[in-house]
Amino acid sequence: MYRNNLTKKEIERRFAERSDEDSARIRSLLNCDRRQFLRTSLEFAGMAAAASLVPLHSFQLVNVAHAAEDGGGGFRFAYISDTHLYDRGMNHRFVKAVLKAVEDVNAMDPQPDFVLFGGDLAQLGKPGELSLGKQLLNEVRAPLKMIVGEHDWYLDLGEKWRELFGRDYYSFDHKGVHFVVLNSVVEKDFWTEKGYTPEERMAIVAGLDDSRQSPFEVGEEQRDWLRSDLEQVNRKTPIVVFSHSPLYKLYRPWNFWTDDAEEVQALLRRFKTVTVLHGHTHQLLTNRIRNIHFHGLLSTAWPWPYAPEGLPNYTVQMNRADPFDQFDGCGDGSVEVLASGRVDKHYNLWSQNPRTVTAAQLASGKIPGARGYDGPAY
Amino acid sequence: MKRNLVIAGCLLLAGLAALVFEVNPRGEDARHGLVGADEWASRAVWACDRRKLVVVEGVRPDQKIPPARAQLVADLLMDLMRYCDQEITAKLEVSERITVAANGLVYEDYVVGGPLPIVPARYGAPTRREQRIWAAELAKLVSEGDRLFHSDEIGKNGVACAMCHPHAVGTHPETYPKFQTQLKQVALLRDMVNWCIANPMEGDELAHDDPRMKALEAYIIAQRAGKVLESGKH
Ligand SMILES: [Fe+2]
Ligand SMILES: [Fe+2]
Repeated sequence: MYRNNLTKKEIERRFAERSDEDSARIRSLLNCDRRQFLRTSLEFAGMAAAASLVPLHSFQLVNVAHAAEDGGGGFRFAYISDTHLYDRGMNHRFVKAVLKAVEDVNAMDPQPDFVLFGGDLAQLGKPGELSLGKQLLNEVRAPLKMIVGEHDWYLDLGEKWRELFGRDYYSFDHKGVHFVVLNSVVEKDFWTEKGYTPEERMAIVAGLDDSRQSPFEVGEEQRDWLRSDLEQVNRKTPIVVFSHSPLYKLYRPWNFWTDDAEEVQALLRRFKTVTVLHGHTHQLLTNRIRNIHFHGLLSTAWPWPYAPEGLPNYTVQMNRADPFDQFDGCGDGSVEVLASGRVDKHYNLWSQNPRTVTAAQLASGKIPGARGYDGPAY
Repeated sequence: MKRNLVIAGCLLLAGLAALVFEVNPRGEDARHGLVGADEWASRAVWACDRRKLVVVEGVRPDQKIPPARAQLVADLLMDLMRYCDQEITAKLEVSERITVAANGLVYEDYVVGGPLPIVPARYGAPTRREQRIWAAELAKLVSEGDRLFHSDEIGKNGVACAMCHPHAVGTHPETYPKFQTQLKQVALLRDMVNWCIANPMEGDELAHDDPRMKALEAYIIAQRAGKVLESGKH
């Protein structure tokens, strides 16, 4: 995905030549206001163009053409997810990663219809972390759609998050597609009986492998809401659901899991076309259960390893990340909503080749590299 | 209860064993009965459990043990039965000096009924109590490693080891030592631990014998118990 057939080496060299300039600009990003931020971002875009380094999102044109083949219409949205911000200043490595993602989505041409944020904006749910996240995401040019993650929620049970971003579950319609946003990180009360403080509760939930917490669930309240929300919707209307945890059961010890997944799936069963996009797993992840296609979102902060068991057969794993490269295994991406209402999912892996899982591959089950696939390995 | 019965049974048999030693018809004094005996000769007397052995010096294998000395052998065997499941060998010299060997350790001038300084467990066959103690000691170190692995106190930017390695997945300690391509040298697990501390966690490297390093290694390796060692694997 590089212009002018430059090799990766050449691009790296050209980029390295500009590294002094880059670091000066990165420094200038610290403490800058919104206007200056945008100006600096534009300068960055210009620099990248000058270096013949075109942001990976320029591959979108190809995908728009693909959507057109499916009968026109179609649109695209982008995503950023799992930024896990600390309130430790603009120099923190996770802040740098968010800036990189914001730059990616702002450089998309044409612009995405909206940008989905996949949850876990904060690391420990602190007001300062959430506010910093909001401040950084405010630089996104396209409208934002927010999902809440467990790291955002368990200090004050969502108080600050709702103050900043509004409802934690809602639905909206966009270009003929019905979108549903769920809070899938509801946990049964494990803290009152044990007398955990809010900070302890948050720390326990923030520990992916901490078994003192409860499993994630959507819960009865939201399932009732979802049932009535979907009543108005025609079964042929494409449905896209956003949740933080995968709406299926992958690996319970890390809450790669939603405890009432079957009940939620049942509510979605009568629809012809359903897609679920979820954060939390920090990795390329693909699944299909009957009519429902599932795609994970990349994290900007760090990649999780794949779970020791339960990986869906449809998933072709991303490469093992090089720990010496902060951005390896991380990234952002976009979602092409086809006229059929199915989606092609793009993973913009920052240090690996970009990957796309198409609706056609997932519908046919023929995903090159997947277990059981016997077609050509291209 | 059952154990006591077994001990009692053993003691009884040891007593009977003592009785079969023929009383010396000439009624010689025990202390002096072996005067002029062949000091290089010896006769082995086993307790019924076949774990306690007394080597009686100055008596040939085919020779009867004088009664006073036979009584001393019986007393010694019964005494050693206190250490029920231990294998103990005692040597009774002509001078009545007793030397006891247990688990490869030797105690000289043993006094019947006196304390054996230590009787360590037979190596490789620990008792359940010992196993519990060892497991608890190990768990202490591993759980301290678990705590450090999940805490932000090792680094300086809030990042914890477990944030990239839940349950230590992806640490593969079983592949060390190996040539760590990024470090351009052969590395041990602790070198990689220190790299993670210094880089993603932006903290200060730990000395290799730092108790925190030991605890971290203990946790990481314990998580991978049962894995095949594949040193050098990439
Ligand atoms: Fe996350
Ligand atoms: Fe999460």
